[in-house]
Amino acid sequence: MPVIIKDTAFLPYQVLQNYEETTLGQNTAIGACNIFIGTMRDFNEGDQIKVLTLEHYPGMTEKQLDKILAEAHQQWALVDSLIVHRVGDLLPNDPIVLVATWSSHRGDAFDACRFIMENLKSKAPFWKKERLINEQERWVISNSKGYLNT
Amino acid sequence: MSIKIRYFASLKDYIGRSEDEIIYNEVLTVTEVWQQATQNKVKPQNTLVSVNMDYVNWDEPVSDRDEVAFFPPVTGG
Repeated sequence: MPVIIKDTAFLPYQVLQNYEETTLGQNTAIGACNIFIGTMRDFNEGDQIKVLTLEHYPGMTEKQLDKILAEAHQQWALVDSLIVHRVGDLLPNDPIVLVATWSSHRGDAFDACRFIMENLKSKAPFWKKERLINEQERWVISNSKGYLNT
Repeated sequence: MSIKIRYFASLKDYIGRSEDEIIYNEVLTVTEVWQQATQNKVKPQNTLVSVNMDYVNWDEPVSDRDEVAFFPPVTGG
């Protein structure tokens, strides 16, 4: 159940393929994999966003993410899980986060992936700063509830 | 008692620095650490606090060599 913090761009599908081949390849108990990929969009609060900078608290980030994965593994029958999260400067379309869960049955993989993502959103010490197209900078004050109209 | 204090994101901008260290002889709560380190600056609403990288409440006591961090609500993912 690795947690990887990256300060350069990453390709989530390549990370997944490598991880499955090198770590999970021979595990025939796996019957389901659920993945979530969050990417940077170029708008927020009615403004066009040019660059997104992600700051974090090194050490606490990994500690909190490890805890979240451990909780997920306690609550659901997971074979494995993985979190990759970006820090530093991101451009529109860049992947921000990858969460993957593997289990024998789909329900565990689906539910645990959502749990991990929602807990990451509220507990992992990352902060987003937006640079607008007019070069103005602002901190993102809070996360949305995850739906278009919230 | 030596306590390291860290500020992140908008809290770092608000305080004007990323770190502090205070030396104190008595046991302090994290609320008192905030007051000492920031010279009683008004604490922005929703400020979060951790001790040694775990979330704590504002009445949590701190120990020698603890690392206390103050930061706004998190916005990752």
